[in-house]
Amino acid sequence: MNPFLQLLRSSLGKKYLMALSGFVLAGFVLGHMAGNAQIFLPPEYINAYGHKLQSLPGVVLWGIRLFLLLCVVVHICVAVLLTIENRLARPDRYEKEATVEATISSRAMPYTGLILLFFIIFHLLHYTVRSIYDYSNLPYNLHGETVHDIYTMMYLGFSHWWVSIFYIAVMGLLCLHLTHGVSSMFQTMGWRNEKWRAILDKAAAAYGWVVFLGFVSIPVAVLLTEHAGIALLDKEHVEATLALAKSLTLNQ
Amino acid sequence: MKLNLKIWRQKNSAVTGRLVDYQLDDVSPDSSFLEMLDLLNEQLVSEGEEPVAFDHDCREGICGTCSLNINGIPHGPQKATTTCQLHMRHFEDGETIVIEPFRAKPFPVISDLIIDRSAFEGITQAGGFITARTGSAPDGNSIAVRKNIAEKAMDAASCIGCGACVAACKNASAMLYVGAKVSHLNLLPQGAAEKDRRVLSMVWQMDRAGFGNCTNYGECSAVCPKEIPLDVIAKMNRDYAVATVKNIFTQAM
Ligand code: HEM
Ligand code: FES
Repeated sequence: MNPFLQLLRSSLGKKYLMALSGFVLAGFVLGHMAGNAQIFLPPEYINAYGHKLQSLPGVVLWGIRLFLLLCVVVHICVAVLLTIENRLARPDRYEKEATVEATISSRAMPYTGLILLFFIIFHLLHYTVRSIYDYSNLPYNLHGETVHDIYTMMYLGFSHWWVSIFYIAVMGLLCLHLTHGVSSMFQTMGWRNEKWRAILDKAAAAYGWVVFLGFVSIPVAVLLTEHAGIALLDKEHVEATLALAKSLTLNQ
Repeated sequence: MKLNLKIWRQKNSAVTGRLVDYQLDDVSPDSSFLEMLDLLNEQLVSEGEEPVAFDHDCREGICGTCSLNINGIPHGPQKATTTCQLHMRHFEDGETIVIEPFRAKPFPVISDLIIDRSAFEGITQAGGFITARTGSAPDGNSIAVRKNIAEKAMDAASCIGCGACVAACKNASAMLYVGAKVSHLNLLPQGAAEKDRRVLSMVWQMDRAGFGNCTNYGECSAVCPKEIPLDVIAKMNRDYAVATVKNIFTQAM
């Protein structure tokens, strides 16, 4: 058989795809979190950053988007395939089954993954397609150029408490998914031994927590600013943008 | 001690089985688990009933013939212990013990607690050997092996092929077994020559037999009576990747 086909059909080939796509996604998530954290700086930073990404040449922007989409699709398709095969490998369940070693995060992988899939769809509709709420009219003056005010969009998005609660809960599940996944991918690629195992397990948990705390800090900060009067973010800027948007609509 | 047993009874692979309740009133805490089952069978035979079929051979923890899922754990609750070496003192007086066969699609039940593990033999036949001229034994130490390598290979070689790893794995994956066999031979100079071919064909055979895919739960190593480490799976994963890449390039040329 063609060795390439043999690889894709084999259990280990599928596991490599899982690990490699998971590696890309886990890296993306950390970068995304770091980018978002700029919301704690004055509005200019995150708006300039967003504008820079949006104005990348079309091939590059769409190249990155399609590559990420490919990773998500591969990750999910292979996960479904592997999970079905695993169920088929034990058609008769035990009457009594104990768990000696497996962690909750490892056992929950298919479930946390599935919820992440729904979240990814919601998230894209929310902030990329912007079809859940209309954020089309949020102008920001970046050195004389009118750009989209991402700062205000994020603030408005998370000021709905149900959206914030949903994001926070899903980030908890992402933390769980990464706690097993980031350590597991080293084992899958064969880059782990008994000495490194414990260290990698801890590093993966730390990775999960960093991503969790980084992401969650944003909806928490919005809720505190908006509802508890603890001004962690620039509410005046948000109000100014909304006023500007309104006057622009009236003038039209 | 008194025991309540719930034992899987199944006449053959064609019919469905079920758990049946039995009671034993006078079990010595010093007896082994299999001796306890012998006692039950004597009782059943004297009552004119069919004895419980279970696998055993050496009863010394070295052959890998005994099996049994005991209260949900392959080879029972005692770490690094085969069922034949498990003693009844590890159970409470009056305890209810559930005894089932190892379960996996490639391990069909033959009768009661006896399963067909020839899927493992198929994997070993696919590459768990070295191609060497037979004849008189070579001189000891004529091939030097580094101490740490020899130790790793010995650890992997201690696998007795009982199948507890498959039975414990929530995915019924055989990767600890195959990893042990691959690591044992691929680590040593005698086996290294056929390293690539070995890992490719053993994994291929493992997949064909219908075992599940490892998701790195670690249940297998935790119940393994020989405490084979998860390292062997990482080694198999690594060797398979290298062998595949080499294969793609040599076939392309
Ligand atoms: C979109 C829906 C997703 C589903 C259905 C899903 C499902 C899974 C499943 C079933 C596994 C295998 C578990 C195992 O081997 O124990 C897995 C592994 C993994 N996932 Fe996901 N996941 C999803 C999204 C994500 C995302 C967004 C990330 C990154 C942030 C991610 C990162 C990982 C990593 C790093 C692994 C480890 C790969 C390995 O075990 O070799 N997954 N995922
Ligand atoms: S009977 Fe031989 S290992 Fe248990």
